[in-house]
Amino acid sequence: MDFELSPEQKMLAQTVASFAKQRSPVERFRKLREQQQPWDPQVWAHMGELGWLSVPFSEDAGGFGAGMVEVAIIVEGLGRALAPEPYLASVVLAGMTLAAAGSQDQHERWLTPMMEGETALSLAYAERATRYDHGEPGTVAARDGSGWRISGEKVFALGGAQAQHFVVSAQTPDGLGLFVLDAEGPGVDRRVVRTIDGQGAAQLVLDGATVGDEHRLGEPGPSARSVLGHAIDRGAAAACSEGLGVAQTMLDMTVAHLKEREQFGVPIGAFQVLQHRAVDMFVEVQLLRSMSVLATVQSEHDDPQVRQRAISAAKATLASSGRFVSHEAIQLHGGIGITDEHDIGLYFKRMLSLNAVLGDEQHHVERFAAGAGF
Amino acid sequence: MRAPRGELRVGLGHKDPGIRAQGRSSINIFPDDRSVDNARLSGRMPGMDLSFSAEDETFRREVRTFLSEALPDGLRAKAEIDAPFAMEDVMQWHRILFSRKWAAPGWPAEFGGPGLSPTQRFILTEELELAGTPQLSPFGLVMVGPAIMQFGTPQQQQRFLPKILSGEEVWCQGYSEPGAGSDLASLQCKAEDDGDSFIVNGQKTWTTYAQYADWIFCLVRTNGKVKKQAGITFLLIDMKSPGVEARPMLTIGEQPAFCDTFFDNVRVPKENVVGKIDAGWTVAKALLGHERTLLAMVGLSQRLLRRIKRIAAETTVGGKSMLEHGAWRGKIARLEIELEALKMTNYRVLAGAQLGHAPGPESSILKLRGTEINQRMYELAMEIMGHDALSWYAADGVVPAAEQGIAPQFCYARANTIFGGSNEIQKNIIAKWILGLPSGK
Repeated sequence: MDFELSPEQKMLAQTVASFAKQRSPVERFRKLREQQQPWDPQVWAHMGELGWLSVPFSEDAGGFGAGMVEVAIIVEGLGRALAPEPYLASVVLAGMTLAAAGSQDQHERWLTPMMEGETALSLAYAERATRYDHGEPGTVAARDGSGWRISGEKVFALGGAQAQHFVVSAQTPDGLGLFVLDAEGPGVDRRVVRTIDGQGAAQLVLDGATVGDEHRLGEPGPSARSVLGHAIDRGAAAACSEGLGVAQTMLDMTVAHLKEREQFGVPIGAFQVLQHRAVDMFVEVQLLRSMSVLATVQSEHDDPQVRQRAISAAKATLASSGRFVSHEAIQLHGGIGITDEHDIGLYFKRMLSLNAVLGDEQHHVERFAAGAGF
Repeated sequence: MRAPRGELRVGLGHKDPGIRAQGRSSINIFPDDRSVDNARLSGRMPGMDLSFSAEDETFRREVRTFLSEALPDGLRAKAEIDAPFAMEDVMQWHRILFSRKWAAPGWPAEFGGPGLSPTQRFILTEELELAGTPQLSPFGLVMVGPAIMQFGTPQQQQRFLPKILSGEEVWCQGYSEPGAGSDLASLQCKAEDDGDSFIVNGQKTWTTYAQYADWIFCLVRTNGKVKKQAGITFLLIDMKSPGVEARPMLTIGEQPAFCDTFFDNVRVPKENVVGKIDAGWTVAKALLGHERTLLAMVGLSQRLLRRIKRIAAETTVGGKSMLEHGAWRGKIARLEIELEALKMTNYRVLAGAQLGHAPGPESSILKLRGTEINQRMYELAMEIMGHDALSWYAADGVVPAAEQGIAPQFCYARANTIFGGSNEIQKNIIAKWILGLPSGK
């Protein structure tokens, strides 16, 4: 058993922390939010230059061949700074689906420019009627000559507000299929959704969107379905890591506030009732860290049952611990915590988002309870 | 330009000629920063490892084989239904573990311990808890034993440690007093200097199983003129000394677990002082540290969870088992997830210990959360039992034998969050020493 980061991993963590501190203070996100710009393409391109966007992809696909530990390190650091660039959405969700299901030609066409930071990808799997289930989409892909004709509606595609390409799941005569659609392609109507966390997502209305067969990723059927499920699980694991960064930052900000803010002639952190509430937050952050480690390590487990059990336990923990920490953080900040001017509310809302996507608490508790390990 | 294949650039410098050559204005968004190294890494980074080594798995099998062979039938029968163990059961099991060198998993080889690694100690404890074997009294093995190793003289080590290990001498703890609970340092039980001896007068309370003990380790006041922590001495007292009296009292679980222990002019030789006179607070603090890691109760709670699932699976409501009712299943699942988080935290502590690191902040939550989860496991068990939860030591056949012990254990488990430094005291400690908050009001 070993949870130590290697020297290289520690360096990567330091690099991400330096990036966050020096080049991506929360102020940067605030400005983007004011301009209703989901993220800064120049920063995205820089992440590509640094190699961050290639991290989890195999060397055959032109990637770095690292794993989910490195992804977790990056995403946690970005979470701490509320950096809105779509790492989770583009690299983990859409990118890893494309990497697993796509051919070498498809990698070169869509994955390579993303790894270079020139484009961003978005995974459009969620639908209103199927909630968090990915297995039976209502969107339909029908044969259209040598290509495909896709119709349906996708909601809350993360990173979709500014992505160039979407990986879309659709029902084919042979089962679930995965297709790459251009955001500006025929029959694709992208509607930008402004989200609670200021980052934005996309609703996709597909009305006979037509693509050639070279846009189909692998064979439709059980394997496409399991590739998609695995990518969503990895995304949930990454959401735990990002949520950990968010929760840890809220704890740090709250403790700092308790030390600085004076009432009744003393720092309010001297009051035991507030101390104990801060300790309760600390406990939840530690538990979340433990479960984030579990989800990260098990997200590549060969046995999907083991993987799903760990990830559902972790995502449910993110929901309960994240909710607790973010609610307490606002309360302990007092009135200033309710203002838009203070950063704590931005973290609070990011946590809400992370808990609402990729399976909420109820979804994951149910999956955990239905699993073979229960 | 992407970093070359198989190479990840860490560092944020942007003086890469490749980037310049392409003339990307994007890089200008970052102010120049010379403080960050632009190191290059190559090769695949190793992943974290959640598995136990082959040696450790072999060790686990060894423990299981031992348990299947060495647990006597009488104890096994009780373990199977989680019936309470009598003191003689506990001591019988102590002697069996001692003969296998496993009575004290944490003791180093030089004092007769098994010399196990932190991971093996964890595995041994976990397997013993999962099998429902009697829990050995911790006062000698986990508390005063290690204190004597750390602070005792060679004579004390030779005199006391072998008999603690063998179970020949049973110990209890004399810390709390009627007027000194969470504010332990205000204790008043007095030891007056009388040449080669101290004369001890006063009362200790919550002295668990003192009625069975041969020895008690006490914190006594040897100096009333200094700061309260500075006048305390750690003293070993023979329970057979004239003037010592232990009076058992019933707990809310109706077991005689606690005692009031009285000292009336008890003569104790000064050679029984551990550490220096007036320096007992240091010994006591070290000893509380030993206790805290003991209290995560992961194995115990895991076993309890299995009982809960078994009861829920065997209880039919409206034509299907409670385990098939979504609401009950969800309740159990949520608690199991919380236990999973505690277990992973325990693994983090363990992995650190295995590497020889000092315990990190994560270790401080084990007692807090471990005791709470154990209590909530009992609460859920009681809830799932419904009417059966009312049964009280009843051998009348109404309630299944395996469930009769749950109500008394539920009651006694309320002590979890009080003993070993109440959870509120634990929070004070975390607030001050980890979060760095000012002294409390």
